Amino acid sequence: MLQNIWLIPLLPFVSSVLLILTAGRLPRRLIAIMGAGSVGLSALIVLAVGMQFMELQTPYSLTLWVWMQVGNFAPGFSFYIDQLTVVMLSVITGVGFLIHLYSTEFMQDDSDYSRYFAYMNMFVAAMLILVMADNLLLLYLGWEGVGVCSYLLVGFWYKDPVNGAASRKAFVVTRVGDTAMALGLFLLFTELGTLQIQPMLEAANSRWVTGDTIPAIAALLLLGGAVGKSAQLPLHTWLPDAMAGPTPVSALIHAATMVTAGVYLIARTHGLFLLAPDVLMLVALVGLFTLLLAAFTALNQTDIKRILAYSTISQIGYMFLALGVGAWSAGIFHLMTHAFFKALLFLGAGAVVHCLHHEQNIFKMGGLRSKLPIVFWSFLIGSAALAALPFTSGFFSKDQILLSAFELHGTTGISLWIGPWLWAGGLVGAILTAIYSFRLVFIVFYGEAKTEPDRQPGWRMAAPLSLLCILSLIGGYFVLPLASVFPTVAQHQVSHLVEGISISIPLIGVLIAWLVYYKHSLPVEGFTESSLGKALRNFWYSGWAMDKLYDTIIVKPYTGTANAMRGEWLDRIYHGIVSLCQGSHALLSRTQGGKMRWYATSMVFGLIILVTLLGWVS
Amino acid sequence: MLLLNLILILLVGGAIAWWSERLGTHWPRLVAVFVVLVDLLYLLNYLAGIPIEQLSVVPAASDPSSWLLAYQLDWIPRFGISFHLAMDGLSLVLVLLTLVLGVISIISSWNEKNDRQGFFQANILWTLAGVIGVFLAMDLFLFFLFWEVMLVPMYLLIAIWGHEGKAYASMKFFIFTQFSGLLMLLAILALAILHHSATGVYSFSYFDLLSTPVENGMAHWLMLGFFIAFVVKLPGFPFHTWLPDAHTQAPTAGSVILAGILLKTGAYGLIRFTVPLFPEAALDFAPIAMFLGIAGVIYGAVLAFSQTDFKRLVAYSSVSHMGFVLLGVFAWNSLALQGAVMQMVAHGFSTAALFMIAGALQQRLHTRDMREMGGLWHHMPRMGAVALFFALASLGMPGVGNFVAEFLVLLGLFAVNPWMTAAAALGLITAAVYSLIMMQRAFYGKPKADLVVADFGWLEMNAMAIMIIALIWLGLYPQPVLDMVQPVLDSLFSVVSSNSITVGAQ
Repeated sequence: MLQNIWLIPLLPFVSSVLLILTAGRLPRRLIAIMGAGSVGLSALIVLAVGMQFMELQTPYSLTLWVWMQVGNFAPGFSFYIDQLTVVMLSVITGVGFLIHLYSTEFMQDDSDYSRYFAYMNMFVAAMLILVMADNLLLLYLGWEGVGVCSYLLVGFWYKDPVNGAASRKAFVVTRVGDTAMALGLFLLFTELGTLQIQPMLEAANSRWVTGDTIPAIAALLLLGGAVGKSAQLPLHTWLPDAMAGPTPVSALIHAATMVTAGVYLIARTHGLFLLAPDVLMLVALVGLFTLLLAAFTALNQTDIKRILAYSTISQIGYMFLALGVGAWSAGIFHLMTHAFFKALLFLGAGAVVHCLHHEQNIFKMGGLRSKLPIVFWSFLIGSAALAALPFTSGFFSKDQILLSAFELHGTTGISLWIGPWLWAGGLVGAILTAIYSFRLVFIVFYGEAKTEPDRQPGWRMAAPLSLLCILSLIGGYFVLPLASVFPTVAQHQVSHLVEGISISIPLIGVLIAWLVYYKHSLPVEGFTESSLGKALRNFWYSGWAMDKLYDTIIVKPYTGTANAMRGEWLDRIYHGIVSLCQGSHALLSRTQGGKMRWYATSMVFGLIILVTLLGWVS
Repeated sequence: MLLLNLILILLVGGAIAWWSERLGTHWPRLVAVFVVLVDLLYLLNYLAGIPIEQLSVVPAASDPSSWLLAYQLDWIPRFGISFHLAMDGLSLVLVLLTLVLGVISIISSWNEKNDRQGFFQANILWTLAGVIGVFLAMDLFLFFLFWEVMLVPMYLLIAIWGHEGKAYASMKFFIFTQFSGLLMLLAILALAILHHSATGVYSFSYFDLLSTPVENGMAHWLMLGFFIAFVVKLPGFPFHTWLPDAHTQAPTAGSVILAGILLKTGAYGLIRFTVPLFPEAALDFAPIAMFLGIAGVIYGAVLAFSQTDFKRLVAYSSVSHMGFVLLGVFAWNSLALQGAVMQMVAHGFSTAALFMIAGALQQRLHTRDMREMGGLWHHMPRMGAVALFFALASLGMPGVGNFVAEFLVLLGLFAVNPWMTAAAALGLITAAVYSLIMMQRAFYGKPKADLVVADFGWLEMNAMAIMIIALIWLGLYPQPVLDMVQPVLDSLFSVVSSNSITVGAQ
């Protein structure tokens, strides 16, 4: 089976190409079968490969062809499968298939059914290539591929210019990170002579020692790519706007798979980051600040999808925190559990929006608990896992991250003492997470009904929701076979107090949410309606005014400069030359005006000058 | 003989196409497309016949007999001028590109109602003949002749069949290229005279002049003469201002040839002549040239973003893309040069396609102003999808040739100058900005309720399919092109290093 791994990305790719070429002329049933079926088949192959791999345990590589060869630069269309790849493949195809199945119903009234599945399948193919690539250039192909598909799907409903703006923002902001990453690739190849990940990491290890400058720069550049794709500070601003796309797209791309590509990249090249402890520390700090910023923002949003978007940014912040403190497995573990419960929440939100005439404002919802029971249970379970309530999947992964942060024992600089602070920051994030996720549950599903649902989700939407519910509950008990991929981490030996605090904090958060948004018994209005409270709310609502900042310092100057130069100012120089020629022409032609008197005078003067000159010379 | 025939078929074919108008207005385009196809098949037939190893033989710079093909006929023996054509892998790639895009350019204007069809098609074929002559000429006098031959019919194409501002645009195009060509002519003559004073014989042969010792100060001036001529054509910042006007005003076929092929003669000249003839001077000048390359990349992208005219936007994107070629040439290593050549080919296809789309839009909507477009995907989904593909190609999406090109250029440049690479890489971001805004303004947004337009038809989709397949092939398996070009680069490297040594020894 292993030699057939090329089929995994090929199936969705072929399906996508066929859907593009037939341009919507196929019957809807067939489109649905191709769209969801191709991903389902890939999932089956991944399952078979995974089973076989568990016995084999050694990494497997397969080269299809050499992509381009110039001198010793010879990246291939080559795949590399190890345990990390298998985990990623399972998440992508498994969750991906459920979301595709869900989409067949969610999108059934859309006139561009075929185009939707063409883009979605293309996305899955690119994402699979990204995680299977054995070299950074092929990874970059997948990396850009998912970016393009994200652009296409965010702007899927192209008739509204707002969606177009959101999709362009998503692409261009991530492209900033991608460009940094490309520079990282140039640097790594120039220094190490290969982009093939495993040999490259070995070469890096033998060439550099921990703390050298060049691996730090290279790691920093790769981090630039990672923060762009994974929507971390300072390049996170695109993700909330990306919610303009259809909701299953948000579930697949902007929650479960693409946005975690940055986490994958850092985990995959962890050998390089270990050589650059300062950059690794930066990864942790980026994660911490992002998770806090996004959590505060999520607390103040009113759009159900934007809440989830900021929540995604925040949860990926936890993954970055995990990577930064060297808890590689915990980071990937949280990536997987997050894929389960966040996909669940997005699909649940999609069901709400789908059944409520495209209403997205949570304050216009309410009382849906009895009207949409499946959705209610999905949301409840998803939120419990998101808030990391005990025994849900999110609990296990987040707990590992927080404890690893607490136990960080670095050897240099701030990493010596910062561990408990990272832990404390993570806890603040955890309490906020619990508050905002249950705020959502209480406002949308309890209280009085404000909008009546006009339909119920059918089985193609209900089945994926149910399966994801189960995964969100039991996902924490999966044991990821990542021990051979990452350096071993010591077992946690923290005091019961620390562990107890870590467990109880989310429960306190839920309690607060219950008091404020269900019982309305905590007098928070006194604060939120004060001028300081209002200012803070607006500030957080706007995502800490980052959009405004970028608009002022980058977007406006760029468009302003471009518009000012539109008429090609350089032409003024060339037109100046033209004017000069025309001017001299006019001047000279006036000497030939046909007036005899002028000719005679000038001849006389000419003679005088000539004679004078001759006399002077001789 | 084959090389001569390649040019003659086009020249004579042009005359026949002109004459055939007497048979009916649809005849010239049939004749034209037939002639270019014959030329293409003629070349392919030869290619199929040669053993594959021959393509990997490094052509010796001193000896044209080691090239794939050579043809020489005395012309003005007194001054050592001969009708000397030769083809190596680099010229082969570019001649193939010329012929393929030649077919496409004729198809692109298939349904345009141009009057004087015969003369129109004749000018297209003569331009192609001139371009192929430029790619094959190995005598500098002959090279200059072809340089001018391709200019005149192109000028006529713009001046006669252009749009509203054609008089200004065609004149500007002519003066810019003519004036810079004059500088090159002076440099050629000076080089021939220097060769005469050193060896006692006149020669304009590339192979003789390569080894001409030129003292350093003089070499700088002569190098500049060649450089300016080629950079105006490329076009490089700040000599590019003729291009937006010429592209915008030219008829569709003219724009396709201009952007797809003519610009590449400038890049070809830089690789073939400027650096090998004056390696030391070019090396000294490289930082400035690379700076101009970066300026072109950024400046072109910024101005492309602000344009409201669809064609002007595409034209400025060419300025930006050609900046990468300039960077690749002056980084002067295998990676960067391979990238530059790949950019020539890939940009040829992607821009030709975008100009065809612009032409199709103008034909259907009678405007190029994007403020009057919007929502066109709804009316023309096929055209929208095709435009999307080429917009993505233009922003350097991996999987198409443009990405391979830009990546190789930047990768090669990084070893030479990381900071310049970082600056040039900004072009990757700005390219996304202008490509996506183009899609937005023309194809996305609210459709107009009362608009009735025809989508791309069978013929247009076929032309597009050729270019899409070509770009994906170049993007996923560029090796055949890289392999054809690599021996030429190796040969040029040996010329440059040996020339540098002779100059250094004096």
